[in-house]
Amino acid sequence: MDVPGLCLFFGVIVPSLAVVSFFGGFAWKAIGWARSPVPFHIPITCGQQRSLPWIRSNRLDNPHTPMGAALRVALAVLLFRPLLRNTMTEIYAGPKLTYAPSRWLWLFAVMFHWSMLVIVLRHLRLFVEPVPAWVLTLQRFDRFFEVGHPVIHASTVLFVLGLGLLLLRRLSSPQLRYISILNDYFPLFLLLGIGATGTLLRHYSNSDAAAIKEFVMGLVTLSPLAVSGIPALFYVHLFLVSVLLAYFPWSKLMHMPGVLMSPTLNLANNSRAVRHVNPWNPPVGVHSYAEYEDEFRGRMIEAGLPVDKL
Amino acid sequence: MAVNVKPDQPEYYNHEQLTQIDYRPPAQAWESRPVTIRPGSFLHPAKPKGASSLGLPHPRQWSPMDEDWKLPADWKEIIITGMKERLEKYRSFKIFMDTCVRCGACADKCHFFIGSGDPRNMPVLRAELLRSIYRNDFTLTGRLLGTLAGGRELTVDVIKEWFAYFYQCTECRRCSVFCPFGIDTAEITMMARELLQLVGVSVNWIIEPAANCDRTGNHLGIQPHGMKDTLEFFADEIEELTGVRVNVPINKKGAEILFVTPSGDLLADPGTYTCMGYLALFHEIGLNYTWSTYASEGGNFGLFSSADLMKRLNAKIFAEARRLGVRWILGGECGHMWRVVHQYMDTMNGPADFLDVPVSPVTGTRFSHARSTKMVHIAEFTADLVKNGRLTLDASRNDRLRVTFHDSCNPARAMGLIEEPRAVLKSVCRNFFEMPEETIREKTLCCGGGAGLGAGENMEVRLRGGMARGLAVKHVRDAHGVNRLATICAIDRVTLTTVCDYWAPGVKVAGLHELVANALVMKGQKKRTHDFRHEPLDPES
Amino acid sequence: MADGAKVAGGLMVFVALACAPIWLVLARRSTASQPEIELPVGQKRCVESAEFMRQRHAALLVDWRDAVVREGLNRYVASDGREFRISLTGTCLGCHTQASAFCDRCHAYIGVSPECWSCHVRPSENP
Repeated sequence: MDVPGLCLFFGVIVPSLAVVSFFGGFAWKAIGWARSPVPFHIPITCGQQRSLPWIRSNRLDNPHTPMGAALRVALAVLLFRPLLRNTMTEIYAGPKLTYAPSRWLWLFAVMFHWSMLVIVLRHLRLFVEPVPAWVLTLQRFDRFFEVGHPVIHASTVLFVLGLGLLLLRRLSSPQLRYISILNDYFPLFLLLGIGATGTLLRHYSNSDAAAIKEFVMGLVTLSPLAVSGIPALFYVHLFLVSVLLAYFPWSKLMHMPGVLMSPTLNLANNSRAVRHVNPWNPPVGVHSYAEYEDEFRGRMIEAGLPVDKL
Repeated sequence: MAVNVKPDQPEYYNHEQLTQIDYRPPAQAWESRPVTIRPGSFLHPAKPKGASSLGLPHPRQWSPMDEDWKLPADWKEIIITGMKERLEKYRSFKIFMDTCVRCGACADKCHFFIGSGDPRNMPVLRAELLRSIYRNDFTLTGRLLGTLAGGRELTVDVIKEWFAYFYQCTECRRCSVFCPFGIDTAEITMMARELLQLVGVSVNWIIEPAANCDRTGNHLGIQPHGMKDTLEFFADEIEELTGVRVNVPINKKGAEILFVTPSGDLLADPGTYTCMGYLALFHEIGLNYTWSTYASEGGNFGLFSSADLMKRLNAKIFAEARRLGVRWILGGECGHMWRVVHQYMDTMNGPADFLDVPVSPVTGTRFSHARSTKMVHIAEFTADLVKNGRLTLDASRNDRLRVTFHDSCNPARAMGLIEEPRAVLKSVCRNFFEMPEETIREKTLCCGGGAGLGAGENMEVRLRGGMARGLAVKHVRDAHGVNRLATICAIDRVTLTTVCDYWAPGVKVAGLHELVANALVMKGQKKRTHDFRHEPLDPES
Repeated sequence: MADGAKVAGGLMVFVALACAPIWLVLARRSTASQPEIELPVGQKRCVESAEFMRQRHAALLVDWRDAVVREGLNRYVASDGREFRISLTGTCLGCHTQASAFCDRCHAYIGVSPECWSCHVRPSENP
């Protein structure tokens, strides 16, 4: 390893620790969740259950098979379906309440999350040699508009715009501002910082992409090396990404695996058809029929009610 | 304000004052904002008698209005240990503590927030009341960074805040329908209430019925002979109205079906009419069934208290089915009862391998969706009868009623019983009008009095919580002349009566099977002139 | 552990996918360092310094395109005072006679495909 001082710190040590924190923390958290059982079968149902053959059930929102539940989770993850239901409640004189559809959160969230996914996948061109064909295809779609030089990726615009609008939404709504804590603002600013440094790197820093890839590939092959021609801004970008990775498992960002393991979404609504087992189902003292009859036998006989013991 | 009107009466609350609602939160952060506990806003604490008869910890006399709640000396340790234990027992609890991103999608979905504007009634903030303690004591960042990481120290004020706000949640799950991660506030409220119960903070409106249920078999404490008297009285009423004498089988061994319904319908109007409806229907189809005095409660206030208590009260249903030797179980109209039956009963007290897969003795329909729990909802059962043409119905008898249907929270969001009651309803009444789409089915709005909140002393909370539902009823009342709200929940029948009287006067509440019984043509009946409420079918005559 | 197998499996798939670049590079036993490019024989210096050319040749070519096509200028004065005719074919490709030996190697390495050859003739051994 022949990487000098600061480069070693920001280019190798911090990212390595971040990756350890990310995977270690991620697994620790997810395994921690899995260590707690799901004692009860508590899906949230939307729409009609499956009961009588002539009543059409809602397979997507009230699934009755594990496959259906998996589909429900997949749609929640990929399309953010629950957010499509969102409404905004307003009160007017009278009083009168209105529930208008409100899909801004859905839109901003979709913009941000999907563009982030595209951006992460696009970055594979710096992590894999030779660059996989599908990454190039994805990149070609992302450069569809051919605006600017170098071409501005649609995902970059959507990412920054989505984040900005999410932040704006959080700041402009009094209710949201009231419930927001530092944990909510920090990742937004961090991601905006990552987006800004990334954009600057591509569009304003005259960086030598081949040198950056060589440096990254050094990390990927676990044999970091010093590469000349890498601007300081790259290390800033890398540092912010490292902070994000390190912070991820210890924060609300764990909603990413959390949504997959949420027992209200990932269980099928079949609890009367298939018995759900609670591993810690505790014995409880039940007031037995015998005790009950002992207390009321006289009056039961008097009232002509059948009894077990005369 | 009228003289001599107390905060537990709806008349105490002026419409105009109650609807001065501002959804914009106050300037002061909630963490430092004191909780106001005033008459009308809280439930009476559990009396020592009921609490000790159930063996609950730290029974004592105390009042939420007092400064000192007489918590046990080691209350803090109890809460933290209790949290740890529950985090280890419930994956839901862990995940719901970790994954919320505070996107706010749930914020304006809670009927208590809609009716109060109190920011702590936003489901996200209700969960944060607990989550802030979780972050402080159970997460790495919280332990290192404390308040910076959103942590908050557990103090007596936090306990008071929990008491105030986890008893302003009806566990209706409307918010979780809108949550991108399915975070279920009902689950969080259940955890918080269990924790509060560990330090002897629980409410009498839940504990006393639960204690009754443990001893007498039902929440109301009706004893076996009393139950028989009540049902015989209903039979007399039916005879007077229809000329048909229905039989009332009780504790009958060898019956095919055990019928279990909430005891509330035995006592309070308008639930009683629904109960009479069951008797009339079962007689008409010649059902070989039985009531039970030991398992005389379908509802389960344990659900609002703790999982152990829920299991304990629920156990009687299968035990009684086994003792009586029935083949399967039919359940009446009730909301939270069906949460328990559908999602908990088989897990807690099953397997019900001593019962048969339910088959309708009238139509032969096999209810295979209930093949494990062996318990069928009466709306499913009756819808099947109607569909197969096994009932002679004269819907014109309900013509003076203009009906809308209130989906009860639990059947809608923990089961999906949406179309069955509608199918029945449309066959027994000809004037049916839906409330606005955003207020029914899975988006249905709570009555504001479920999950143990249906008492009188918290009337302000109930009226505020019922406002959204009440205004939706008012909307169809004004638009379509609706005068009857049908519902399949015993708590609804009581609480929505108050809500409708206050927010949509003129609309009365009815159970589904009351309307069925009105329309039911019975063999050997006399000419029907009155409905099951003794109201003339034709107001002109 | 409840659902242990599912969660462990899921985690393994996640880690395997997230670390795919590492497995790929290990499988290919390549060091994946920057490609060797064949420099023109007998030439010491390009239009600008090597460092400048590595970092900004794309921007320079775009500037040249704009200068010729939009402004009608065809002289470029380099930072050391030398003058060049602004022409991809005439100036650049005069020395860099094979795209495959020069341009393509880096471009393939970093996964870019400039549009040069959609107008200009791509220099290659087999015209």
